[in-house]
Amino acid sequence: MSTAVFAERNYLNEPAGLKAWLLTLDHKRIGVMYLCAIMFMFMLGGFFATLVRLELLTPKQDWFEADTYNQLFTLHGAIMVFLFIIPSIPAAIGNFVLPLMIGAKDVAFPRLNLASWYIYVLGAFVGIYSMISGAVDTGWTFYTPYSTTTNTSVVSMTLAVFILGFSSIFTGLNFIVTVHKLRAPGMTWFKMPLMIWGLYATALIQVLATPVLAITLVLLMLERLWGIGIFDPAMGGDPVLFQHFFWFYSHPAVYIMILPGMAIISELVATFSHKNIFGYKFVGFSSLAIALIGFLVWGHHMFTSGQSELSSMIFSFLTFFVGIPSGIKVFNWVATMYKGSISLKAPMLWVFSFLFLFTIGGLTGIFLGALSVDVHLHDTYFVVAHFHYVMMGGTVMALMGGLHYWWPKIWGRMYNEFWAVISWALVLVGFNMTFFTQFILGTRGMPRRYYSYLDQFQPLHGFSSVGSWILGLGFIIMGVYLIHAIFKGRPAGANPWGGLTFEWKTSSPPPHHNFDAAPIAVHGPYDYDKVKAESTFFDYAAGREVPRKETVNQ
Amino acid sequence: MSMNHAAEHPAFLEHHFNDAEQQRESAKLGMWVFLLTEVLTFGGLFCAYAIYRSWNPDMFFNAHKELDVWLGTVNTIVLITSSLTMALAIRSMQLDNKKRAILYLVFTLLFAATFLVVKYFEYSHKFHVGQLPGKFYTFTGIQGNNPHIFFSIYFAMTGLHGLHVLGGMCLIGWLIYRTHKNRFSSAYYTPIEMVGLFWHLVDLIWIFLFPLFYLIG
Repeated sequence: MSTAVFAERNYLNEPAGLKAWLLTLDHKRIGVMYLCAIMFMFMLGGFFATLVRLELLTPKQDWFEADTYNQLFTLHGAIMVFLFIIPSIPAAIGNFVLPLMIGAKDVAFPRLNLASWYIYVLGAFVGIYSMISGAVDTGWTFYTPYSTTTNTSVVSMTLAVFILGFSSIFTGLNFIVTVHKLRAPGMTWFKMPLMIWGLYATALIQVLATPVLAITLVLLMLERLWGIGIFDPAMGGDPVLFQHFFWFYSHPAVYIMILPGMAIISELVATFSHKNIFGYKFVGFSSLAIALIGFLVWGHHMFTSGQSELSSMIFSFLTFFVGIPSGIKVFNWVATMYKGSISLKAPMLWVFSFLFLFTIGGLTGIFLGALSVDVHLHDTYFVVAHFHYVMMGGTVMALMGGLHYWWPKIWGRMYNEFWAVISWALVLVGFNMTFFTQFILGTRGMPRRYYSYLDQFQPLHGFSSVGSWILGLGFIIMGVYLIHAIFKGRPAGANPWGGLTFEWKTSSPPPHHNFDAAPIAVHGPYDYDKVKAESTFFDYAAGREVPRKETVNQ
Repeated sequence: MSMNHAAEHPAFLEHHFNDAEQQRESAKLGMWVFLLTEVLTFGGLFCAYAIYRSWNPDMFFNAHKELDVWLGTVNTIVLITSSLTMALAIRSMQLDNKKRAILYLVFTLLFAATFLVVKYFEYSHKFHVGQLPGKFYTFTGIQGNNPHIFFSIYFAMTGLHGLHVLGGMCLIGWLIYRTHKNRFSSAYYTPIEMVGLFWHLVDLIWIFLFPLFYLIG
């Protein structure tokens, strides 16, 4: 163990220098640069969230004015959605692992990939400028007519989102072409890791939905700057049209957020159960099904916006329908664990968090998709709790699982397992304290986006705010031990988890060109039964050839 | 396999592709996906057009008579011809005829410029008489509700299309420069082909805009 190998020459230090990093075309470096950027945004968005919870600690106004409060929750939402969750898994982790997992040297268009990062940074700066120059108080949805009349800096914020959309499109375009054209010899579609299926489905949505948001935001800017009247009822325009356009993107966008999370879970469940995934094709195709059906359900955000009862009923039905592929995935993950040899390493703990929280989030989504229930729960804390269970309980838990899974691959070093468990437990407890209470608040009639509330809600709001502190503490601890691991962690070796996908066949951190010998797919990504029987492999940590079984509990 | 590549590794082949065919196929797929995003971008505007037209059929009918069908027709012919010269430029490069390729690209560029000049005259006439979007609308000669909406959509769609023509002109200019510098041959002309695809889409969008605004009553 003490003679563990750390790949001395790797993508991190070769070629060296700041300029080599800023002009790099290496997908791994771009992934790491994205990772730094989105983690900064996660901190910023989380900071605004704790301020929101701080104001809600007591029923009366005590820290922020009403307008400031509106700006805080808008900034929290806009940062978390557009600058953190949407790029998080695809652009950061996906960029790093996608070419590795299909055995490619890079993504199809490396320059476009780098451009996507710079466009993201530009969008982030424009977004930060709009925060400084008066912030935005419309909520992250920019609904007209309020967004065309408020005095806050809506134009610069929507411009930021417009710019960020291009970075998202470029990533999606790159991934689609890479998956189609750059797979290693032998890697047929059904030998691809399920991570790739998930990222591919995500990329389809990014490419198909984002342009519609772009043109919607252009129209919003034109409306605001030159009063073209398209969304203004006084001039014969229709504000509900804005909602249709907005949700035509933004509902598929929630699948941009959750599908890559599901993709990560598929990898982790198989690796840590040391068992072939149950129902490979069902898990793969359910990603595509979610991507396609997800385009047909946007109207469920508008049950109370005056659309016809018939369209509401159709949208409600389709909303139930889109739950089915998600259910298929959850059942298949659980079935994969059945009779598996499960090792409770840190990444697997996040899988359990995901399964538990995402299932609650998904089921409460069914409540909201039911017309009669939604009329009562619309715009209450129930909705807030629901999407935090899906987005944070789903995507963020999966992101954390993925970070803990690939951290040793990205940096070549292992983090402290003990602190990983502590942080996981704090996040799980803090998350449920913060958001489960909000389900109760919502059913009792607490509306969202208010800075003050009736005295009777005080105990639940107080509990929720305390939960947010525990949640924050959990993430701070995680930040400390993960960063510590980069510099002081013990070398991880090429394959610390005993994974079978390609990225574990190269050294940690990987060399600049990913693989010293081009990999060939001879078995499926999770064929643990076959591979165990036929081979041993080189364990870098032990420094020798070992049977695969032995490395599992090193 | 790898021995062959080492022997004949051309300068245009990027390091992460196995061979020229993989690189060309990737570029093509990438371009088609990009064109898909363009279709969806314009799709939002076409959708807005359809909705407002169905709500105000009379106003749309009256307003469309203000557009100059002859200028629109001229522009349609100009753009379709430019698509032809673009395709001929690709064909010339396939035949390694560099001079002819440059000639056809220059013609394409000139046709694009002609389109924008005609558009400029159309726009300036509308500015002059106050047929403008939204709150800038001052014209009084159109019967029906909210005629400014027609011009909001007209300027948004033709304006976005005009920006694409401008972008296409930059790309064609870049192609002329690169062709002049001997960067292309019958073995490698992917950028010309890709810009060609883009240019055909710009043309195609106009082929939808022209009847929707100028012709149907």
